[in-house]
Amino acid sequence: MTAMQNVSLGSHYAIHLPAPDDFAFWRERARGLIQCDVPPDRVSWTLPGGTGDLFAAEGPSRSEKRLPVPPAEPRAVRASQRFLTIARSAALHSDPARFGLLYRVLWRLQTNPRLMEDKADPEVRRLEELAKSVRRDAHKMHAFVRFREVQEEDGTPHFVAWFEPDHHIVRAEAAFFMRRFANMRWSILTPRGSVHWDGEVMREGPPARREDAPGDDPVEDLWRSYYASIFNPARLKVGAMLSEMPKKYWKNLPEAELIPQLIAGAQAREAAMVAAGARAERARPASLAEVAQGAAACRDCPIADCGTRAVAGEGAPGATLMIVGEQPGDQEDLAGRPFVGPAGQLLDDHLARAGIDRTGAYVTNAVKHFKFTWKGKHRLHQSPGAKEIDTCRWWLDAERALVQPRLVLALGASAARGLLGRTVSVTRERGRAIRLDDGAELWVTVHPSYLLRLDGAAREEQVALFADDLAAVKARLAALAG
Amino acid sequence: MAQQSLRQRLEILADAAKYDASCASSGTAKKNSLGGKGVGSTEGMGICHAYAPDGRCISLLKILLTNHCIFDCHYCINRKSANTPRARFTPQEVVDLTLNFYRRNYIEGLFLSSGIVRSANHTMEQLVEVARILREEHDFRGYIHLKTIPEADAEIIHAGGLYADRVSINVELPTTAGLTRLAPDKNAGQIEGAMGRTKARISQAKDERKRFRHAPRFAPAGQSTQMIVGADDASDSAIIGKASRLYGTFGLRRVYYSAFSPIPDASAVLPLKRPPLLREHRLYQSDWLMRFYGFAPEEVADAAEADGNLPLDIDPKLAWALKFRESFPVDVNRAPRELLLRVPGLGTKAVARILASRRHRTLRLDDVALLTASLAKVRPFICTLDWRPTLLTDRADLRGLIVPKTEQLELF
Repeated sequence: MTAMQNVSLGSHYAIHLPAPDDFAFWRERARGLIQCDVPPDRVSWTLPGGTGDLFAAEGPSRSEKRLPVPPAEPRAVRASQRFLTIARSAALHSDPARFGLLYRVLWRLQTNPRLMEDKADPEVRRLEELAKSVRRDAHKMHAFVRFREVQEEDGTPHFVAWFEPDHHIVRAEAAFFMRRFANMRWSILTPRGSVHWDGEVMREGPPARREDAPGDDPVEDLWRSYYASIFNPARLKVGAMLSEMPKKYWKNLPEAELIPQLIAGAQAREAAMVAAGARAERARPASLAEVAQGAAACRDCPIADCGTRAVAGEGAPGATLMIVGEQPGDQEDLAGRPFVGPAGQLLDDHLARAGIDRTGAYVTNAVKHFKFTWKGKHRLHQSPGAKEIDTCRWWLDAERALVQPRLVLALGASAARGLLGRTVSVTRERGRAIRLDDGAELWVTVHPSYLLRLDGAAREEQVALFADDLAAVKARLAALAG
Repeated sequence: MAQQSLRQRLEILADAAKYDASCASSGTAKKNSLGGKGVGSTEGMGICHAYAPDGRCISLLKILLTNHCIFDCHYCINRKSANTPRARFTPQEVVDLTLNFYRRNYIEGLFLSSGIVRSANHTMEQLVEVARILREEHDFRGYIHLKTIPEADAEIIHAGGLYADRVSINVELPTTAGLTRLAPDKNAGQIEGAMGRTKARISQAKDERKRFRHAPRFAPAGQSTQMIVGADDASDSAIIGKASRLYGTFGLRRVYYSAFSPIPDASAVLPLKRPPLLREHRLYQSDWLMRFYGFAPEEVADAAEADGNLPLDIDPKLAWALKFRESFPVDVNRAPRELLLRVPGLGTKAVARILASRRHRTLRLDDVALLTASLAKVRPFICTLDWRPTLLTDRADLRGLIVPKTEQLELF
């Protein structure tokens, strides 16, 4: 026990650290003390500016002088890799007792080299807690430092940030920002000291104040817009946000000022979205009369608010053929019956020529109300939008379920969308059967009003194609009947 | 229409992008800007630079190049039949925004996606162009996640993977029937084909790097995908099965589940009621059980109730433990890691701590309390030196004792 020879029995040693994050200094002193077998209860560690230890009242210079001298051939002091990793982080914690704790664990490691594995040991646990909270602080620093750009006198941009860490991490974490922003000139100012990088050299500076950092940056407006837009008001989870971004960080985050108003507006915004798409929950109509009544009262889309009436389908339940148009026109709306206007007359002519009996078929529209704009005194037809067709599909589906046609003839793309739920190309789909969910066949052709808008050779060509389509439907109907 | 300002377009295109759940910036190759000309670093662990009040992290600048789209997918706010304001960015504008945000430490990088304009190939070329300008002209070394358009040619997708850290292709819906009904322009075969090709490229690039140190990297953070939950009638078991097939077949890093949420101007085909957000959470928990806890997909499905859905009031691991009581109690002083991982309330870290500590002492209940987050949750399922829950594990009303109480609200 040569070391014990220069440790006076019962004497107490006070070590004064030059900086609160000086792990290397602690390591040096701790190694010497252990080599001299100084037990933990006879060492105190004081930080710069910290209150002196009761037993170390002599002051730094004298107590340093009194430190024992290790023997000429000291034994090696050992610590596990895990201890070193944890200790490097824990040394940065703001807990004033951290260096004492580190020394106690290091002391115990000399007799129990695997101490760090015993996670249920209170001192090991405390050390791990300190290290964890330092790592978390460092991680939050990587995340929440916000640079503001200022122009230097030589015209080069300089990025300056103000940050308030909980622990003594600024010097240790400067390397992260150096690796990330190696070719940028930047400074991070904190109440625990500041660091400056000019693209080549890292400099350390004294503690700073918030006023030393620039007050604004025009890009922050864009960032706030982004923050407000990426937030989904339909899934408000304030607790999840607060656990990761506690309020203490908010004052230095430009986007955080929006949070209260975003939360306040969220429920209203979600309610508006749901209300806009809402349809009253209702039972499927049990008869065609109920469809007619229900459609007349339906206000699920804006077309119904034009002051028109809903035009119900016509025909018997059990009809083999169902003919679906786009929507009632001006004359249909007045008469309250489908396909009675010019397009209806053209359709009747063609049906008669093809030998299809309209009275035996069920005739209806994909959209039940007339959509129009005023042009002078005239109501000018407007095509329904995809959403309006999809909304009105509820009634068309109900009609199909009640009539149960074996063949559905869709006139035009809107009717096809009403039946299929997607937009298809009429020219590509015409002339062949498409199988619907309930087993019925869907045949798609153009709307007769399309023929009315053409003239000359084009009209002749399209009329012939339309007649062909109807003939094919007639043949198919005959096959289904037989 | 009047010319939209940059800020207006940013608002429209960020709003349109927010339904993509992924925002991860982790697990890519390490790189930094030392010795380069630009900015950026990735050091393995992702960083969340902000959190929105919806609890989601903001790690990447997540935007669309444009929200014009020729597709008509019912669940999507950008479908061509939706009445939503449209906008577009030029590739250079996206590059400038990314760099301006990155230099101020707002973001880890860029997550770029787009509506389909003109053609799938044209759109994919534009996305790749943004990544190319960032990497080649600005020597940007931050994170880039490119959404891949499965309908585009393999060569263009491949070019994107050479610049991006991660690529992703959304399977969108758990069942093919759901996809056909809700996304009529998309094709399940085409999506999985593109995922398969991407997987092949990734493993090829990894192999090449083993042989040649300077072989180019291809999507070092791998590929991921997203499924919408609650828009069709697929049960949790079906979703779990689909996810495990995707993990197995395509070597995915992550499958994201996105609870279908109300969108402005929703299609009339969609269900009106949104699924509870908790359902999404339970699916993520079961995902974790498969990836980190050694549960087979069938075992997770066993935890589901008769209708194939996971219980919402308790987590899937607890549900499994309550169904298979014969596996408990587990002796924390002797049980192997696989069994400890099955104990409700013990996570991977707690299990690692138990395994390390029990070499030094025989654990008592007090020791376990120090090593885990909540002793109350663990206690019915473990034995320690001084504790055996013999009676507790066999009680018929155990579920009632453990399930968190729902609080009756007071009249106000």
